[in-house]
Order: sequence, then structure tokens, then C-alpha cells
Amino acid sequence: MSWLTKTLSSSIGKKILMAITGLFLCTFLIIHLVGNLQLFKSDSGYAFNTYTVFMTSNPLIKTVSYVLYASILFHAFWGLYLEYLNRKSRPIGYVVQKNQSSFASRKMAVLGTILLVYIAVHLGDFWAEYKFGHLPYVKYTENLTSGEITAVEHLPDTYQQQVKIVETYNEESGSKSVIVKNLYAEAEEAFSNPLLVLFYVLSMAVMGFHLSHGFQSGFQSLGLNHPKYNPFIQKVGLWIFAILIPIGFAIIPVYFLIK
Amino acid sequence: MSEGNMNITLKVWRQKNSKSQGNLETYDVKGISEDMSFLEMFDVLNEKLIVEDKEPIAFDHDCREGICGMCSMYINGRPHGPLEGVTTCQLHMRSFKDGDTIVVEPWRAQAFPVVKDLVTDRSAFDRVIAAGGFVSVNTGNAQDANAIPIPKTEADKAFAAAACIGCGACVASCKNASAMLFVSAKISQLALLPQGDPERQTRAINMVNQMDAEGFGNCTNTGACAVECPKEISLENIARMNREYLSASFTSSED
Repeated sequence: MSWLTKTLSSSIGKKILMAITGLFLCTFLIIHLVGNLQLFKSDSGYAFNTYTVFMTSNPLIKTVSYVLYASILFHAFWGLYLEYLNRKSRPIGYVVQKNQSSFASRKMAVLGTILLVYIAVHLGDFWAEYKFGHLPYVKYTENLTSGEITAVEHLPDTYQQQVKIVETYNEESGSKSVIVKNLYAEAEEAFSNPLLVLFYVLSMAVMGFHLSHGFQSGFQSLGLNHPKYNPFIQKVGLWIFAILIPIGFAIIPVYFLIK
Repeated sequence: MSEGNMNITLKVWRQKNSKSQGNLETYDVKGISEDMSFLEMFDVLNEKLIVEDKEPIAFDHDCREGICGMCSMYINGRPHGPLEGVTTCQLHMRSFKDGDTIVVEPWRAQAFPVVKDLVTDRSAFDRVIAAGGFVSVNTGNAQDANAIPIPKTEADKAFAAAACIGCGACVASCKNASAMLFVSAKISQLALLPQGDPERQTRAINMVNQMDAEGFGNCTNTGACAVECPKEISLENIARMNREYLSASFTSSED
């Protein structure tokens, strides 16, 4: 074995791989939430649908997204493998056990497995629908001077185009028409189902618990523990990653349900 | 030993040897003084068992003043019992109430096999220590104590890490039976001082390798170990060990 494989397959190396992939997934959450906030714009999904085109065609973002898919799979299955190894380290358990650690820190594997199921459902709902499904197209007309959406036309199911986005400028009226797949309508449709909304909200609660331990744990695994910075890392982990971000995501399906 | 008036129901793990199956057995211990230590209460029970011609309960103990790290009982679901910063021998019966039922189990870990009853084989820790090797100190006259300047804060940190008595409560309490708090304390106490500097890289790598070879679990930073540690070793040491191991792996000239 080379020194690098030896290092990464040691107990410390295994933790470091979990920490690096986990913290990378944390940064993704910020980008994903900020992008999704466009769903709240009352523009019939114009901003969101054009943003979707950008996110699925920009070469840099596409590259990062493949790293992201790999990280999700690695983090999930490496974590389950570590849980298996850790359980083997105590073949006979205690009859009486009074835990002194937090609930989330002990149940990371269970919480993570629920999140993996959630990610599969979520990708099936939107990513697979957008990529392989048959989403209807929508045509927006934007007034270029005021920036207002003057017309929204839902194109028939039979309409197809070879490219993701077709933009036509009309110089006479000073407007532009944009035809894109209507992923926004897919969100509206999916989140009209209260059971799916409930599943999404509960999954975000699970994510909150997972990150309440995971974010600060990642820093500890990387050896980044210092009395001057620990309070900051812990506060960011708790208030931003375990509370604010999950609530931000959970509001989206609830918003569509009550809209 | 003074007579007392506490009556305790003990449920103790009895296991003949490492090969046999064990089970909890119930004992009524009567007339216990609240000033007795937990181990003295076991002595009273064992004397009674011997008089009754029964096998006394095997348990580890040595100094009985909280510094040797031999005593190792998992009491009511916690290593060394309900108090924090205390070994089993320094736990007294006044921490319990008359009529209490107390469950006592051995440390549970793949790397700490049960030898008999409450006694486990913790020689895995000794092999980790041995893997760490020695520090380069020339023999001869002791040099002046102030010849090597060491900042007080660093000396204090090294001392706090060196307080580890190697009892194994960290492994016992960890849901993964991980030994990282112990190993990190042993790596830290030398890494923090100039005397430990020449071998710090090989020491970190060798001790971590030995820890992994012994079959301890991986740390998931639950922090249970630091709560249960009778010497209150800090989690900061685990972070330091992670840094020491990483920097040694990436920068040492050896493979």
C-alpha cells in the first residue's frame, strides 16, 4: 500500500474522508437554498426556470455537480461501512446504558440513511423529471425596459425543442420571449400532495439533527479545534446549518401547498 | 469496617472465563456503610461469598486512590458510576440510596475481552503505548530544570494529557468502542513538549497503527469519552492527534 492509501484507510483517515465530503455537502446546501429562494418570486417561475437552465448547462457547475453526486454516494456508503465496523468493535453490548452524548451524534447513521432515501426521492421528483421526464414547456414574454413578465403561455404537451432555452428578441415592442421547460410547475404539482410535503418537512428535520452534530464534528475530525474558534464553529453549525437552512428548505414545499 | 444500614441489590455480570457465556446475577448486600467505597462494598460481598463457599466476584483494583487506572466497572450504565471525574474506587456508597438496585458490568469492547466476571484484558492499551517507543533522553546527570524553556500553557496542556491513567473508560463509554481519547492523550503529552519532539512523527503513526490493529472502533466525535473520563481528558487531544497523524503522514520522510 502506498503511504496515501495507508493514511486514508487508517481510523483517522476514514474520519477525514467523512469530514471533507460532509463539509463539501454543507457548502452545497447554501448554494442550493439560495438558488431555490427564487421559487418565492411571483413571476410564474421565470427566474427559477431560467436558473435551472444555467445550472444544468454551465460547464463549471456541471463538473462540480458530478463531484457532488460522487460525494453524496461516497459519504453515505462510506459512513454506513464505518457504522458496520464500529458496531463490530462492540460485539456484546451493555444491559444498562446511560448515554452522555447527544441523540444526533449517536444516530448519525440512521439519520444519514433517512437522508439518503430523501435524496433519492427528491432527485426522482425533480432531477430525473427534468432530465428524462416529459416536462411541458412554458413561454415567458419579458418587457426589456421594465423587466416585467407581460405574458406567460403554457405550451401544449406536444411542443418540443432541441435546446434547453430558446430566446427571441422582438425589437419593435422592446421585449424578449423565452421558452424553457417548466420545472416550477412540476414543483407546484408535486407539492400539492400533502403527504409529500410532510415527507419533505420531516426529512429537513432529520437533516437539522444530522448537521447539528455533523458540521462541528467535521472540523474536529480535521483537527480544527481551537478555543478561540470553537464557539464560532459550534454556533454556525447549530444556528445556520441545523436550524436556519433546514427551515429555509422546509418552507418551500409548505409554501407551495398553501399557495 | 464500620457497619452501616444501607441495603443494596446488586446485579453483577458473572462469567467463568473468556470462552464461556456470562449472565447477570443478583445479590443482596446488607448492612453497608455509606462511607464505604464501591470496591469496599464488593469486598464485603466477596467475604460473604467466600464464607458461603461460593466463587467470589473477580474485579480489577490496585491503588484504590484513583491514580492507577485498574478499577473498571460499568455501573448503572456508566463507566465508574454516576459521578464525573471519579474512578470506581473513589466512588462511595453515599452516592446511592438505601434500597437501590445497582447493575455492574465489565467494559465492553472487541479489544477488551472479558477474562472473568468484571475483569477485562486491557493489554491492547499496553501494546499501543509500546508502539509509541521511547523519547531520546541522554542518560547522565539531570540537567537544570530551566535549561529548556517551555511556556506554562503548553506545560499545563501536556500535564493535563499526562493525567490519563489508561483505565479504558473512554473505550467503555464510546458507542464505537474507540480508543481515540486514550491514544490522543498519550500522543499529546509528548507532542506538546520539546523532549518528545524528535520522535513525534513516528510516534503518532505507530501508535495510531497499533490502535487500529487492536480492533478499536472509529471516533465519531460523540464526546461521551470526555464526559466519562475520570481524569477529564479533553477532546482537544483527539483533534491534536488528528493533526499530528495527518502532518506526520504527509510530511515524514519515512513510508
